Amino acid sequence: MHDILSSFALALSLIAGGDAELWRIVALSLEVSLASAVFACALGLPLGGLVAVREFPGRRVVIVALNALLGLPSVVVGLVVYLLLSRAGPLGSLGILFTPRAIVLAQTLLVLPIVAALARQFVEDAWHEYREQLTSLGVSAVRAVPTLLWDLRYSLLTVVLAGFGRAASEVGAVMIVGGNIDGVTRVMTTAIALETSKGDLPLALGLGVILLSMVLALNAAAYAIREWSARHHG
Amino acid sequence: MASAPLFPLEARGLTVVLGGHTAIERIDFVLDAGARIAVLGPNGAGKSVLLRVLHGLIAPSAGEVLWAGSAARARDQAMVFQRPVMLRRSALANVEFALAMNGVRGPERRARARDAIERVGLSSLAARSARVLSGGEQQRLALARAWSLRPRVIFLDEPTASLDPAAASEVERVIGEIHAAGTAIVMTTHHLGLARRVADEIVFLHEGRLTERTAVERFFNAPQSPEAARFLKGELPWNKSSPEPSAD
Repeated sequence: MHDILSSFALALSLIAGGDAELWRIVALSLEVSLASAVFACALGLPLGGLVAVREFPGRRVVIVALNALLGLPSVVVGLVVYLLLSRAGPLGSLGILFTPRAIVLAQTLLVLPIVAALARQFVEDAWHEYREQLTSLGVSAVRAVPTLLWDLRYSLLTVVLAGFGRAASEVGAVMIVGGNIDGVTRVMTTAIALETSKGDLPLALGLGVILLSMVLALNAAAYAIREWSARHHG
Repeated sequence: MASAPLFPLEARGLTVVLGGHTAIERIDFVLDAGARIAVLGPNGAGKSVLLRVLHGLIAPSAGEVLWAGSAARARDQAMVFQRPVMLRRSALANVEFALAMNGVRGPERRARARDAIERVGLSSLAARSARVLSGGEQQRLALARAWSLRPRVIFLDEPTASLDPAAASEVERVIGEIHAAGTAIVMTTHHLGLARRVADEIVFLHEGRLTERTAVERFFNAPQSPEAARFLKGELPWNKSSPEPSAD
């Protein structure tokens, strides 16, 4: 117990003292997770919206597949991206395996179904409510997608944050395609895994505290924004 | 766009079957420019369905809707729903959105939106978020939104339902102005007083069938169909003069 407490104290002093290695890892984590969330949302929100409003053959299959992909095992995604990017793989010529770009790719693939599936649900519910009104105003189903996404912006913020959270807390895929290379592809989660197994508890704990605070702060912000929007926009 | 012939609007043998239930059956009627028609009938008579078919939201199971003899859905028409849906943006932006979706661009869009908002008396609330407006204000905003499109016929589904008397009379004033500007009006309502004051003719529906179409005074004094006579007997004591049923 004493060990844990002293490790914890050390961790806090690392955070407070601006430990260069620790903050470099935090910065890289934020960078790749933000990039993944942005890419996944740029693709996933319109995709989810389109599936919500369009009737097409195989729509049910797509919805079931999207929902199933929510539980996508991250190591499998890591493995697939690894095979794609490895020198003999179809995307091997890009030469991005074991770089932050490979992490962004893997995280984007993991986050995309979350964003698309949740957006589909939100937009479909709203479409039931808005459909007649929008059609009456001359808005086609496809044109309605950006309108609905914008009208749901405060609810979808939660979706965006869920996606970012999934990206930031991802370990398995990131370990496989990034390689946890010190100073290059070491992010918070892989660093925690490594430092814990090495016995460097202060660094692991410090990163853990930061990761947790980040997720808490983001969710608090999302909650506050939704409260505000409910008051001001109904 | 505004010059294409629109009238007469004709319904020929309109039948709509929704989920195995026949909502309206073999309805024929003709609407000319500038007409004011109130569609009356008990709940479930098919009034709202008729409006939706005419407006082009529901495809008829049989029969057709013709605008000046053409089956293409006319653009110069608008509808205000019983519960209008407002977007999460300002009242003014809601009107501008409708104009944008109908190809009105630039400064004209802003000017027409402001004008429409002013006509319904909502200028002071133009910057307010549309969804936090009261029911009566939202109804007037919906009228402004529809009106800004300069329709030549406007469909109103229960425009004063669940509004208090003051809000209902504001809505009635706006409907009057819309008609004065030359727009034909087709309105469903349960408020017989409103129908009597606003409409020139009554179309009466009973169980999905059109039983009569009569000039308004004649309808209330001597309805032509037994269904309408029974309806008026049941309804008049409550609704003839007041816009809301009394709560005794």
